Amino acid sequence: MTTVRSDGLKGRGIGRYGDRVFAALLLASGLSVLVILGAMVLRTTIDALPVFEYQGFFRFVFGPEWHAGFSRQEFTGTYGAWAFIYGTLFTSAIAVTFALPIALAVSLYINFYAPRRMRTPLSYVVEVLAAVPSVIFGLWGLLWFVPTILHPITRWVAETFGGVIPFLSAPVPNVNYFHAGFVLAIMILPIITAIAREIVATTPLDEMNAAYGLGATRWEVLRGVVLPRSFSGIVGATMLGLGRALGETIAVLMLVGGSQRFGGRLFFPGDTLASHIAATFQDAAPETLQALMGIGVVLFLVTMFVNVIARVIVWRFGRLGGEAL
Amino acid sequence: MKRTKQMALLAVLALVLAACGGNDTASDTTVTTAASATTTTAAGTDDMAPLEGTIEGAGATFPNPVYQDWTFIYTSDVQPGVSINYQSIGSGGGIEQFLLQTVDWGTSERYLRDDALAEGRESRGCDALQWPVLFGAVVVAFGDDQFDDLILSGDVVADIFETRITNFNDPAIAALNPGRDLPDLEMTVVHRSDGSGTTSVFTTYLENDTATWTLGSGTEVQWPAGTIGGQGNEGVTAGIEQNPGGIGYINQAYALINDLPTAQIINSDGNPVKATLEATSEALEVLEVPESFQFDILGVGGGGYPITGAVWNFTWECGYEGNTAELLRDYWTWAVSSDEAIQAAIELGYAPLGASLRARVLEAIARTGSLD
Repeated sequence: MTTVRSDGLKGRGIGRYGDRVFAALLLASGLSVLVILGAMVLRTTIDALPVFEYQGFFRFVFGPEWHAGFSRQEFTGTYGAWAFIYGTLFTSAIAVTFALPIALAVSLYINFYAPRRMRTPLSYVVEVLAAVPSVIFGLWGLLWFVPTILHPITRWVAETFGGVIPFLSAPVPNVNYFHAGFVLAIMILPIITAIAREIVATTPLDEMNAAYGLGATRWEVLRGVVLPRSFSGIVGATMLGLGRALGETIAVLMLVGGSQRFGGRLFFPGDTLASHIAATFQDAAPETLQALMGIGVVLFLVTMFVNVIARVIVWRFGRLGGEAL
Repeated sequence: MKRTKQMALLAVLALVLAACGGNDTASDTTVTTAASATTTTAAGTDDMAPLEGTIEGAGATFPNPVYQDWTFIYTSDVQPGVSINYQSIGSGGGIEQFLLQTVDWGTSERYLRDDALAEGRESRGCDALQWPVLFGAVVVAFGDDQFDDLILSGDVVADIFETRITNFNDPAIAALNPGRDLPDLEMTVVHRSDGSGTTSVFTTYLENDTATWTLGSGTEVQWPAGTIGGQGNEGVTAGIEQNPGGIGYINQAYALINDLPTAQIINSDGNPVKATLEATSEALEVLEVPESFQFDILGVGGGGYPITGAVWNFTWECGYEGNTAELLRDYWTWAVSSDEAIQAAIELGYAPLGASLRARVLEAIARTGSLD
């Protein structure tokens, strides 16, 4: 028995170097991620530098006016990306507001409530939903879901509560922040669910049994043991979903309103960073192309900013919950 | 493990079979096109040797349907040895790729200004040529059938799209439509959210032919708050149809296909005109086109429809390799002057060049590559 095993382990020719080659390969793969990211950030920033110089970085970020210019040599337009930043954050916030509770409920149901036979098919269906391409969500949303289901509801909401709450006031066009955000919620739901389901499933059985032993009900166990235990993982899952929501392009492009303006109403037709790039780059003059590069840089910064906040949340509340992360 | 291997084998087999199938059909088409080519050459008037080679173009999406038709007819019936690639990447992209010299010809819904021409001359060493190919109208369309043929003036259209007029029962609209029953209905203004030549044609008209327009012109403008944007003609149509009181502008060809109710626009002679092929052609007959082919279609009178735009092609006077220039000249001469090409354009809702303009365009096409 021992002889066989040592034969298997004994290095033969290439095998002696195999380890080093493998390590080098892994190092190269690891580095390539950094190189690709670095190249992207560097290139877009260099391309966008002229527009930052022309507008000033802060006026570019917080300027409310976006007038595309059509010159080939110089800057003639006004470039302020605030309407798009605002729209990106607004729609993503709507998406997470709707997706997170449902995703949590689904993952808890799959883990603790669903009949054993149902669990695998249910998880499978959730993953299939994650595989639907975003352009399908966009078309389906624009041509079926919004006109037949969502729009009647939002119109009713605006008519009923709009008079009292300005945030919900009419008019409700077929494309607006809320419709885009709601379809985004459906898109990021499977991502958050899939990860949250795995996280929740790793709750130590001992602790749950201990809680049951102390006389806790199922609800109390979920609230007192499972959710605190999974908190940082759920924040991570939400961040992944939010990342997709912030950068989602085509589906939002079809549903957000494309108006280069921003407004405080939930049903206002606006625009987002990614969808504005996708909508206008084809026909953009050279100066506007550089401004669109600037939007790309801003989108990168917004995503980073949101991720840092998420890290802080995990770090802060993770410690409060007695978990070192 | 064994199972996976079998599956993989099956998959590979399926791929190979599919590839073979593809080859079969491909060779079939080659045979048929070759056969039909012989007939056309025999029937044709000139007995020049058949051309061979590839030409590439890029630009506006608006003429893409007819460009694809032309490519198909030309490469199957006229010159089967030629292959033509047109990438519809947008009007801005058409200008950009042409000036970067990555394509043999560029197409755009706006003409090259003098600065772009100078830039081209510097990089290529000779002049860039530009000539119009086609015309198309932009219509104001409604979501509700009851507004079909509603009469609007340019100023009223400007007021509507700047949201100064927000209801269909506005006195300004009633004054233009005496005796017509106008409902109390809030408007939802729909525009293109993507940069587009259609927006450029529409806003150029409003900027020049109306007194009240303040938003300027171009492939994208900053529309007022509360208006909504649609992605492409498709998105605008969805916006018009799904919102009560929807009103927006789209290509006439697109309105025709979808049978949308459209407005009559009052032209500079005070006549309300509905966008039809005849009305567009009539607008073009009186058009005075300068020698440079740099023009906008403005101030249309008579029975002509006032919101009309053109599509330009760009080629170089020198610097083509091999027989590329010859292919370009042959293809575009055919496209702007042969009966079947003109018929294909009309069927898709485009207005072809008038006779006198066509003669001048043919001269410009003949100059393509003439300095080589």
